Amino acid sequence: MTAGTVAIRIRGVSHQFGEEGDARHVRALRDTSLDITRGELLCLIGPSGCGKSTLLNVVGGLMAPTTGTVEVFDQKVAGPMPRDIAFVFQENALFPWNTVFENVNLGMVFQGVPRAEREARAHRSLEAVGLKDFAQHYPGQLSGGMRQRAALARALSLETGILLMDEPFGALDEQTRMILGEDLSVLLSRTDKTIVFVTHSLGEATFLADRVAVFSARPGTIKQIIHVDEPHPRKPDFVTSPKFTAIRNELYGLLHDEIRKTIADTGVAAAGPAR
Amino acid sequence: MTPSRKERQGRLASRAVQATFLIVLIVLWYLATTRWRVSPLLLPNPVTVLHNFWDILRTGEFIGDLRVTLTELAAAFAIAATSGVTVGYLISRSQYRIRVFEPLFAGIYSIPIILFLPLYVLFFGLGPASKIALGATISFFPIALNTIAGFGYVDKTFVVAARSMGASDYQLFRHVLMPAALPIILSGMRIGFTVALLSIIGSETIASLAGLGHRIVHLAEGMEIARMFAYIVFVVFIAMILNTCVSVLEARGKRF
Repeated sequence: MTAGTVAIRIRGVSHQFGEEGDARHVRALRDTSLDITRGELLCLIGPSGCGKSTLLNVVGGLMAPTTGTVEVFDQKVAGPMPRDIAFVFQENALFPWNTVFENVNLGMVFQGVPRAEREARAHRSLEAVGLKDFAQHYPGQLSGGMRQRAALARALSLETGILLMDEPFGALDEQTRMILGEDLSVLLSRTDKTIVFVTHSLGEATFLADRVAVFSARPGTIKQIIHVDEPHPRKPDFVTSPKFTAIRNELYGLLHDEIRKTIADTGVAAAGPAR
Repeated sequence: MTPSRKERQGRLASRAVQATFLIVLIVLWYLATTRWRVSPLLLPNPVTVLHNFWDILRTGEFIGDLRVTLTELAAAFAIAATSGVTVGYLISRSQYRIRVFEPLFAGIYSIPIILFLPLYVLFFGLGPASKIALGATISFFPIALNTIAGFGYVDKTFVVAARSMGASDYQLFRHVLMPAALPIILSGMRIGFTVALLSIIGSETIASLAGLGHRIVHLAEGMEIARMFAYIVFVVFIAMILNTCVSVLEARGKRF
């Protein structure tokens, strides 16, 4: 496959939780279609409950959509595809009873990597995220930022073509997430992975993404796609450039009305102020 | 983690208070039997008790009763642990079964099952079988309840993460469910072990042919109060040793 071919093909995907008429019935996602190109980093951004995480889970085969289909590398998704897709979750997805090294190793055991390859791959991916000195630590001994680096190392060691990241830095403070974002951009410029990244942060989306898909309020669908034409790895001074500010403001304009709608619908300030 | 100096000092201080408390109790006991002239039929002199205690150890006359009690305990605990973990695991696999059985077991666990001892004696006789059956019944509930809690409430993120990486059913059990549930199951086993010991010695004092509880009641009925006290001290030591062993095993299984 050459660059520019479609890695993930989303066609008419809708999802609802519960049955119609049920008290807990929620229409999370409506009629969403999108092609994600091989090697690109696509951010999904939108108000809380707009279905962006749902879409990510559908793409990863963790959830079957109510209607519509997803194809990954021209194969229909019907369940987890551990050879093609790796996940990084928001938090607490490392096993606390295993060391960082054991966590990375175990992912490869699950995926079916031969024993002989596992150790070298684990060391390589821990080195890549800057955690090689912490291989024997337990997750409970690490800071939140380091835990997410370890989760990223586990996902990288699986050597999948696609990486799905569900607010991976969502639980971290602003400074840690800035540094992690910069490191991620450097790391990803060296690979040809296709990445789908869910975030709440306008700055994070602008800094990381090749394209940003902005969602409408629930039941969400993609309202508009913004291109960020800036090569990876992105330098820290990209953040202060007029281009960055312009894109961030454009995103803010698109999101603002949707967030207002969400708050009006639910009566609660479900989404925090946009950053 | 190695404790800091301050922590060590704090622990030493509380140990000292505990030791002082025990020493004061023994001194009061001694004074009651010498100064305050409490009848030796009610409270024997601690020195006499100590002599009896050494005598029991030296002659080894405790061995028969100890063997009976420990065999009952081992059998009861083995039955309770095996059935408790199996039943608990099977219940934990369905939310419906958890909803049905968890409150049911918790309810049964809260009634004093030892009340059914006469029934157990009728069914299983005066020998060890009734003690084993009762001990196993009482010990089953905390083990089953903790197994349900351990397996039933594993963080869903762990399961989803393992599945997304391609974990098979067996791998999920071996590498995720088991380690997540183990600390809670071990706590249940420690509680189960303690209640099995209590109920077995207790039921030996009520209706039995042999065992440490039986020996204590037998001596009381024969008015050999000092020797009875010596056996009580002996049982206290045995219980302390057993509970320490179980706690050490539990702590080993829980390290992370």
